[in-house]
Amino acid sequence: MLVSLNWLKQYVDIDGIAAEELAEKITRSGIEVDAVIDRAKGMTNVVVGYVVSKEKHPDADKLNVCQVEVGEGDIRQIICGAPNVDAGQKVIVALPGARLPGGVKIKKAKMRGQESNGMICALQELGVEGRVVPKAYADGIYVLPEDAVPGSDALELIGLRDTVLELGLTPNRSDALSMLGVAYEVAAILSQEVKLPEISYHTVSEKAEDYIKVRVEAKENPLYAAKVVKNVKIAESPLWLQHYLMAAGVRPHNNVVDITNYILMEYGQPLHAFDYDSLKSNEILVRLANEGEKIVTLDEQERTLKAHNLVITNGEVPVAIAGVMGGANSEVTSETTTVVIEAAYFEGYSVRRTSKELGLRSDSSARFEKGVDPNRVLLAGERAAQLLAEIAGGEVLEGTVLVDDLDKSPARVVVSPDFINNRLGMKISLEDMLSILNRLQFDVEAANGLLIIDAPTRRQDIKIEEDIVEEIARLYGYDEIPMTLPEGNDQIGGLTPYQAKRRVARNVMEGAGLYQAVTYSLTSDELAQKFALKAEDTTRLLMPMSEERSTLRQSLIPHLVDAASYNVARKADSVALYEIGSVFLGKTAEELPYEEEHLALVVSGKWVDNAWQGEKLAVDFFVAKGIVESLFEKLGLTERLSFEKTAVDGLHPGQTAAILLDGEKVGIIGGLHPAERKKYDLKDTFVAEINLNAILTAEVKELVYTSVPRFPAMTRDIALELERSKPAGEIIEIIRNAGTKLLKEVKVFDVYEGDKMEAGKKSVAFSLTYFDPERTLTDDEVVSAHNKVLKALTEAGAELR
Amino acid sequence: MEQQLKQLEQEALAKLQAASNLKELNEVRVAYLGKKGPITDLLKGMGKLSPEERPKMGALVNAVRENVTAQLEEKVTVLEEQAIQEQLEKESIDVTLPGRKVRQGNRHPLTRVIEEIEDLFVSMGYEIAEGPEVEKDYYNFEALNLPKGHPARDMQDTFYITEETLLRTHTSPVQARTMEKKKGEPIRIICPGKVFRRDNDDATHSHQFMQIEGLVIGENIRMSDLKGTLDALAKKMFGDDREIRLRPSFFPFTEPSVEMDISCFKCGGKGCNVCKHTGWIEILGAGMVHPNVLEMAGYDSKKVSGFAFGIGAERIAMLKYGVDDIRHFYTNDSRFLSQFHRTEG
Repeated sequence: MLVSLNWLKQYVDIDGIAAEELAEKITRSGIEVDAVIDRAKGMTNVVVGYVVSKEKHPDADKLNVCQVEVGEGDIRQIICGAPNVDAGQKVIVALPGARLPGGVKIKKAKMRGQESNGMICALQELGVEGRVVPKAYADGIYVLPEDAVPGSDALELIGLRDTVLELGLTPNRSDALSMLGVAYEVAAILSQEVKLPEISYHTVSEKAEDYIKVRVEAKENPLYAAKVVKNVKIAESPLWLQHYLMAAGVRPHNNVVDITNYILMEYGQPLHAFDYDSLKSNEILVRLANEGEKIVTLDEQERTLKAHNLVITNGEVPVAIAGVMGGANSEVTSETTTVVIEAAYFEGYSVRRTSKELGLRSDSSARFEKGVDPNRVLLAGERAAQLLAEIAGGEVLEGTVLVDDLDKSPARVVVSPDFINNRLGMKISLEDMLSILNRLQFDVEAANGLLIIDAPTRRQDIKIEEDIVEEIARLYGYDEIPMTLPEGNDQIGGLTPYQAKRRVARNVMEGAGLYQAVTYSLTSDELAQKFALKAEDTTRLLMPMSEERSTLRQSLIPHLVDAASYNVARKADSVALYEIGSVFLGKTAEELPYEEEHLALVVSGKWVDNAWQGEKLAVDFFVAKGIVESLFEKLGLTERLSFEKTAVDGLHPGQTAAILLDGEKVGIIGGLHPAERKKYDLKDTFVAEINLNAILTAEVKELVYTSVPRFPAMTRDIALELERSKPAGEIIEIIRNAGTKLLKEVKVFDVYEGDKMEAGKKSVAFSLTYFDPERTLTDDEVVSAHNKVLKALTEAGAELR
Repeated sequence: MEQQLKQLEQEALAKLQAASNLKELNEVRVAYLGKKGPITDLLKGMGKLSPEERPKMGALVNAVRENVTAQLEEKVTVLEEQAIQEQLEKESIDVTLPGRKVRQGNRHPLTRVIEEIEDLFVSMGYEIAEGPEVEKDYYNFEALNLPKGHPARDMQDTFYITEETLLRTHTSPVQARTMEKKKGEPIRIICPGKVFRRDNDDATHSHQFMQIEGLVIGENIRMSDLKGTLDALAKKMFGDDREIRLRPSFFPFTEPSVEMDISCFKCGGKGCNVCKHTGWIEILGAGMVHPNVLEMAGYDSKKVSGFAFGIGAERIAMLKYGVDDIRHFYTNDSRFLSQFHRTEG
């Protein structure tokens, strides 16, 4: 909402308050002022000029050489390229030295050899938005009325010596979608009175009801009033009216249309003017549209209606879409002489739905949607009659043709001052409360320790006690509210074990050198299930904004690989990222997807790079695996963790494993398939994804100390010759199972494949640690235990080297 | 014989001085003082001397022996010292060369902001509540006093999945679910999480972002409690000398509703580009829980009251760290992420 202060002054006294200060007060007490716009800001030397003569420029087709009087006897030659400039016009002239918006400076100049001492201006050159400039002047200079005095201040004359407040209205304050609504608000803030427009006009003896009948056949229209004004002379509106409309962001058209728009802005009540003769009937019938019914609206678009759209008809065909836009068939034109003014109340939900369906939002629909003031509808119609008489020379017919079933009673709220103070944590006196409610012009009575309040119908947001709390608080001042902390709570705050462990997981990842990434949950259909631990039904948006963000993901890996690729494309030689986020699987009983929290990581490029020492190491499978192992170790799950070779689409078939917890698959780890690496332009890249939910909720034993060894351990080494494809993990299992309780640790210390081995074979060496916490082991005991291991290995077909 | 002894002593001392390392020195020791050395031989030859000469000669031999031993030990010390010096010389390095880097990652800046806020509220007795990112229309809107067709639904353009399910537009549905679960009991929670709105991604908009909401319900929860709590939050996130102010606003789920501004941390309130020359920066929305919301979740709005607030983690991080484009949080450029490593304060 754009509020011209010149206009606002008609209703409330704001003299002596700077615009900035007023804006601050309005903002602090409830309505945010987004901008304070000084419409003449920085402009100087802009005066009224009289075009004495106009001649074609000798050397330029499109230019005219004008002699312009810019003060008594002060005639200057100005070159003008506007198509509509003509001798005898009063125009706006920016003199040399003038400053205009956008940093434009006017200087004396020569244009194709002819001297030019200034510029004849279009409104756009003075900072007026093109879309609100009257059509007649949209592509040329602005022409002033004949009585304008050359040399006088043109900015004053065209209403630019004004400041406009741009209000950012929240949906509850639709009352401030009108100048009067803003006036009430400002009056309450400043403790001023509101001066309402005085409405009076003469009527002629003919009766409106003899011209038109009104019938309403839809509950969406509880009030419809029609007034008839004849002998209207269609013309341009007076300047003041045009300027107020332009300041409010509305383009002037002609006096009739401008009057309806003026009242829309003044009262917040949308009106519509029909050309009586083109209605071609003496009836207005308000009804729901027939399915598929068509109407061409004022913007010359044909609209197809649905059965729930409310329309105004002439008894047969639609002449307007109620509250949204008028029809072209009944438009007021320059030929119009008799107009029917519609002042109606259309239900917000109906207008909202229709305007949304048709994609047609107007100043009118915006107001109906939020609910107009029931007590202003008829008043606005009267105001229109008055202005049509005063401005357009119309003759108002007697009476109003009316169908009225609208509840206009105020909302009653009963609240105790104690409730208000308790809710705020304050001690505001009853007197102060009453004073605030009076300033707001709320009807209030204090009785039996209660405030009985009838809120004016313009304030449709006031319904319950809490609304009164807010009104009192905002006008008393939020700065006055003290600062306390909530009392009476015995809850001990904290993280749940899950939340605490999730932070530990983050610490492990970061300690391992990975940065936390956050990527999008929405992805394409194509990528939604790629790398997924388990692919289930996907969840797709009803109306995605793009295919790329259409479906909820089932794996975090694709976006992490994207991120790796993004970094590598920017010359990063090492990428190490992890992410914790939900994946969305299938559907639960609640009709929502099952959300499972996962942790995924990607490592790519160099891992160790100590350049001057010459130590360089690229990432490999075991870097990624080591990080996964660290996580399980930190969570106390090492002994329950195992890996099993597996295959996953998009991963290297020889470098991929399932991550198992207690033998159940909880994750995958692997090298990116060479084809994928090529696609993403990545070097060696390894990824892993773990069902974090599963590993953070796995029950673990209490942490209990085991005594620090007092006796030495003994080690024995074994080297085995194995098939190349034989997993070392299986051998370790065999050793673990065969080793007695004296066997404490099995480590792989060498793996060899190469020239010295037979093809298809490899050598793996293990170091076994034997230990007894109670005493020093004898050689015999170790030999006996170790022999059991050797026997088991032999039985399993392993060849000792 | 005495003459012979003197000469031996001279010889031994000369060789001892000439020894340049411990090995040579040891050879000297073995040669002169060893069991097969000349001094031992002399001692063995004492039997041939007369009983009068024996003690005199014995003392003389011992004196020579002690002198040579003493000088030998002295030389050992010198040589050992020298050897250490040589080793130190050999082992000395250029300490200004860079160290072996320990790889360290760090939290995403949004997580950093969220954890900081979580920790503050946990210290004030709050629990952390979480909920699904795909929500029912009921919890996201209806339970929060936003029935179907409510004009304020426009404020939150929504990704729908079906008529009844959607990507949550705020973390408020977690509040609604918590209220329903607590069945009239007091509540003190904060709810961090991802939320989604139908926005085109640009420097200031993101279709996915992070929110942290707070909810307190109990007997006699006042607006002054909200103000005090927000003041603590502002000081924790932006410094102890921050002031806050509340401005009236509107949210369907709170009444009264407010926006909170903080005094500009860059200019201290004088006006600068960060605060758009107002001295104040808009930080968050808050309010007293609307009675409809309480009633819908089974709380008696005549008996209990509550407050709620909602913060955008991106907004906090952008202000706090001076990040100028919201998309940085989601492109995961290492050069961006690695900047949030060190501690502050």
